[in-house]
Amino acid sequence: MFKVFQAEWRKLRRPVLVLGSLASSLFFTVLVTVFMFKNIDNPQGNADRGASIGRPILESASGSITAVSQVGLFLGITALCIFAAQSAQEYTYGTLRNLLVRQPARLKLLAGKFAAMKSFALLIAVVNISVSIAIAFTLSDGAKVSTAMWFTNEGLAAIARSSLNIFISIVYFGVLGITLGLIFRSPISSISIGVIWSLILEGLLFFVNENIPKWTPVSQFNTIAAGGSADISYTHALTLGTSYVFLGTIISAILFAKRDVAN
Amino acid sequence: MSTNASVGKNAIEVHGLTKRYKNLAALSEANFSVPTGTICGFVGPNGAGKTTTIRMLLGLITPTEGSAHVLGFPVSEPEKYLSQVGAMIEGPAFYPALTGIENLRVLATMGNIAQERVAELIDLVGLQGRGGDKYKTYSLGMKQRLGIAAALLPNPQLLILDEPTNGLDPEGIQEVRDLIKKLAGEGKTIFVSSHLLSELEIISQYIVMLRKGEVVFSGPIEELLFAQKPTIIVKTEVLSDLEKIVAIAEAAGHPAVIRHGEAHIEGPHEWAATLNRTAFEAGIVLSQLNPTMPNLEETFFEMTGAR
Repeated sequence: MFKVFQAEWRKLRRPVLVLGSLASSLFFTVLVTVFMFKNIDNPQGNADRGASIGRPILESASGSITAVSQVGLFLGITALCIFAAQSAQEYTYGTLRNLLVRQPARLKLLAGKFAAMKSFALLIAVVNISVSIAIAFTLSDGAKVSTAMWFTNEGLAAIARSSLNIFISIVYFGVLGITLGLIFRSPISSISIGVIWSLILEGLLFFVNENIPKWTPVSQFNTIAAGGSADISYTHALTLGTSYVFLGTIISAILFAKRDVAN
Repeated sequence: MSTNASVGKNAIEVHGLTKRYKNLAALSEANFSVPTGTICGFVGPNGAGKTTTIRMLLGLITPTEGSAHVLGFPVSEPEKYLSQVGAMIEGPAFYPALTGIENLRVLATMGNIAQERVAELIDLVGLQGRGGDKYKTYSLGMKQRLGIAAALLPNPQLLILDEPTNGLDPEGIQEVRDLIKKLAGEGKTIFVSSHLLSELEIISQYIVMLRKGEVVFSGPIEELLFAQKPTIIVKTEVLSDLEKIVAIAEAAGHPAVIRHGEAHIEGPHEWAATLNRTAFEAGIVLSQLNPTMPNLEETFFEMTGAR
C-alpha cells in the first residue's frame, strides 16, 4: 500500500495542483479571517449569515482558531473536488487499467490512493490553519482583541482540538468526493453534483424543513469542523457524519473492487 | 513471485471463456492457447471480442463463464502473475499533465520497479529528449511509444499489446516489429493484436482469429495458411474479359470471383498454364497471371467475412 501512496503523491505533488488547491482554500480562509477581525464592531455582523462573533469569543483560548473553524465548508468543498477529480479521472483518462495491471490488489490500490489524498488534505488543513492564526494574530491589535489566552496550554489544546476537527471534516468531505467520483466516473459530473449538493441543495432543504440539516451529510461535516453549532451538537455530527463516511467507504470499496474496468 | 510448474508449455490457456453483457455475448466459449516463447497474432474485425479477451486475461473484467490461465495462474488471481506481464490495452493512456518520464515513474513506483528502468525504456522506444515533456504535447506516435515503454517496465515474461503500431509511421512500425522480434528472441511470449495483418504475418508464429466473439482459428500460422486453397490471380488487357475468364474457370470446375479488377480463381497452380492457353485461344490477352497462396489478410477476410 505504501508504494501506491508514493505513486499517488507523484501525481498530487504537481505545482499546479498543490498551489491551486492552496490558493482556492486560502482565498476563503483569508477572507473570513480578515472579515471577522475587521468587522468586529459592525452591527451587521462579522460571520456567517450575519452572525456576530465578539471579543469574548475571540479572546478565549480557542479565539485563534475561531475564524478558520468557520471555513470548514469551503475547505471541505476544496477537498471534495480534489478527491472526486483524482478518483474519477482514472476512468476518463483510462489510466486505471495501467494502475491495475501494476497493482492488481484493488482494495490495496484504493486504500493507498485514499491515504495519499488524506495526507494531501492534511497539508491543506495545516497551511490554512497556520495562515488563519497568523492573520488573526496580526489583526488582533487593530481589533482590540487580547491574545493572552491563545498560546497558553489551554489555547494550544484548543488549536490541536480544532485542527483535528477541521482535518476530520476535510477527510469526510473527501470521502464524499471519492464516492461520487467512483459512482459517476467523471470529474465534471462528480464535482458538479458534490458542489451543487453542498452549496445549494442542502441549503434549500432547510427551507423545506429546518430539521432536515440535522440529518444531511454536509451539515454534519461542516459542524464537525466548527466543533459543534447551536443547532447540531458535535457528538451528533461526528456520529452521523462518521456513519455517512462509513457507508461511502463501503460503497466505494464495493464499486472499486467488483466493477469491470471496461474503458 | 512464486512460480508455477505448468508455466513451461503455454503462457496463455483459455477454456470456454465467455463474457456476456446482458444478452450480448462479447466472447463466446473461446478456447485457445499461446505457447511460451512465441509471438502470437490476435486478429479479428472490430467488435470481435479481442479487447474483451485481453481485459479478462489482465483481470480487468470478470469472465461470465469458462476459465483462463496466464503464466500458469488463473485470471481470478491476477496478483499472482501480473508482476511478470506487461500490457498496452486499447491504446496508450496516461496523465496528460505529467511528463512521459513522470508517467512511467508513477507506474514503476506502483509496481515496485527500479526507477532506473524508466530512463532505459525512454531510450529504447526512441523518446530521448522528449521524456521530460508533458504527455499532452505528444503526437499519437510518441504516445504509442510511451505505451510500449510502460508495457515493458517490469521486463515481462509475457507482453500483451493491443494495436501497438497504431499511429506510428512506417519507420516506427518497423522499429516496433524489430523490438517485438528482439523480445521474442529473449524468450518472452508476445500476444499482439493488430489490424496490420501483413506485419503480423511477418512476425507471428501463432495466430488466434476471432469472429463475432468466437474463435475461428488458433494454431501455427503455417497451419492456417497451408489449409487455404491455392489461388490464381488474373488480370486482362480488356477489363470486360474478366467475366469470360471467370466463365472459363467455372466451366473447368474452379470457383472464381472478380475482386478489385482481378479474377481470383481457386485452383492448383499447375492449372495456370491451361488457363493461359485457353484464354489465348479465346482471343483474351492476359496482362497478369499469378499463381499464389492466400496471405494472412486474404485468409482473414475469407474466414471472418470482414470484407
